[in-house]
Amino acid sequence: MSFISVFDVLGPNMIGPSSSHTAGAALIAHLAHKLIPAPLKRVDFTLYGSFARTYQGHGTDRALLGGILGFTPDDLSIRDSFNIARQRGLEYSFTPNQTETDVHPNTVDIRMENALGQVMTVRGESLGGGKVRIVAIDGVPVDFTGEYAAVIAIHQDKPGVVAHITKVLSDRNVNIAFMRLSREAKGDTAYSIIESDGTLPEGIPEQLKTNPYIHDVMIVQP
Amino acid sequence: MDFKNAAELLSLCRRESGPISRIMLLRECSLGEIEAQAVMQRMSKALSIMRSSATIPLTQTVRSMGGLIGGQAQLLSLHARSGKSICGAVLQKAVGYAMAVLEVNASMGLIVAAPTAGASGVVPGLLLALQEEYQIPDERLLDGLLNAGAIGYLAMRNATVAGAVGGCQAEVGVASAMAASAAVELMGGSPEQCLDAASTVMMNMLGLVCDPVGGLVEYPCQNRNAAGVANALVAAELSLSGIRQLIPFDEMLAVMYKVGRSLPCELKETALGGCAAAPSACAHCMR
Repeated sequence: MSFISVFDVLGPNMIGPSSSHTAGAALIAHLAHKLIPAPLKRVDFTLYGSFARTYQGHGTDRALLGGILGFTPDDLSIRDSFNIARQRGLEYSFTPNQTETDVHPNTVDIRMENALGQVMTVRGESLGGGKVRIVAIDGVPVDFTGEYAAVIAIHQDKPGVVAHITKVLSDRNVNIAFMRLSREAKGDTAYSIIESDGTLPEGIPEQLKTNPYIHDVMIVQP
Repeated sequence: MDFKNAAELLSLCRRESGPISRIMLLRECSLGEIEAQAVMQRMSKALSIMRSSATIPLTQTVRSMGGLIGGQAQLLSLHARSGKSICGAVLQKAVGYAMAVLEVNASMGLIVAAPTAGASGVVPGLLLALQEEYQIPDERLLDGLLNAGAIGYLAMRNATVAGAVGGCQAEVGVASAMAASAAVELMGGSPEQCLDAASTVMMNMLGLVCDPVGGLVEYPCQNRNAAGVANALVAAELSLSGIRQLIPFDEMLAVMYKVGRSLPCELKETALGGCAAAPSACAHCMR
């Protein structure tokens, strides 16, 4: 865990009214949009728990859409995100789901479709104080916060893949802070998530993809 | 350099012969691996956002998302200019600024959570008012923010600042403790006096529930930010006059946390009890 900084107390700098329902929502969507190649054509949000009940009064909808449009939680453009989305030709929908309650109270599923026809669904949780975590990509459990630079590798669950990943990172002098591996089923698609200190150097995805079992690599810089 | 509680903070202040703000800056530099200058730059940015959010609604009306607040800061400012304020200059200004920040927040404007969005008016409200009345330069005000940050950090580490966990005492209560401590340092008080002021606030705001009408960060949140400023000012005044407190801040944080956990969930941000359940509030939400 990182330490509690003075800027965790006097911060985040954010568009109101709620650090969990507005700033956190914007941050989740902002992280999600980094995971799929631009431009996006359509985005569908499913809101759970407290998000589902109070999303309009807290501007959660504008914040989510703003994050998808690339705005950070302190960007005043969030107020106009409906208009900006329309100008950019981005279709969107919001669906409250109040029947599924076995989730963190501030959870959102974001289904994104880009111009290439690629589809990805990201689930995020807003933890309070503007802190968030991404907990699933396409239904596979993952866990990262966006506070650290992250490498997300989608690969087949085969021996040697993780060794390849850590070798590439150590060759590039990347210090690993946290590392997690999850998979759909044995031998099936797996996700390796590596969070590191500092920012990641260029070219990591290309080097990782030299291993034939690695299908895709996403980079999230803080 | 790090400290886990107020007692350790005080012993560091003694060892370094420095104020709380100085210790908090050293902690940030060492744990965050960041230069002091970079910390101050980032804090200046926060201060400039605080200043705009405290002053924008004084000249232009902002509409809140839920329609429950808007225009209160302007009314206060007009009242003050009419010469009929009964609060005195510091309190009258601080209350206006605090309420202004909540208006900006509720209208999806840019604010600095301090320590939360719902309590974001108290710290800037009191510090900006003190700055004006006592011609405090910006660099000193940044020290005030560092001091406030130390108090808020202790609350986050050892108790909670979430209304959903501890009620409003954890949000506006902690914000007011932060403001009180910062005010004492800015007005020349010792680290012990700062922590006594923070302790006093926690005592006087103990048990305050979180009961937002319609679940929105508007009402009574805005009123509570104004009351928080007054509580902070009173606590700072007691402390600066030499009144000591029996119960130290560490214990008051533990007390607040325990009271917060024993509050029923209807009174912790669920909008099911307190003001949120008053007939007029329910009638408004049905509209």
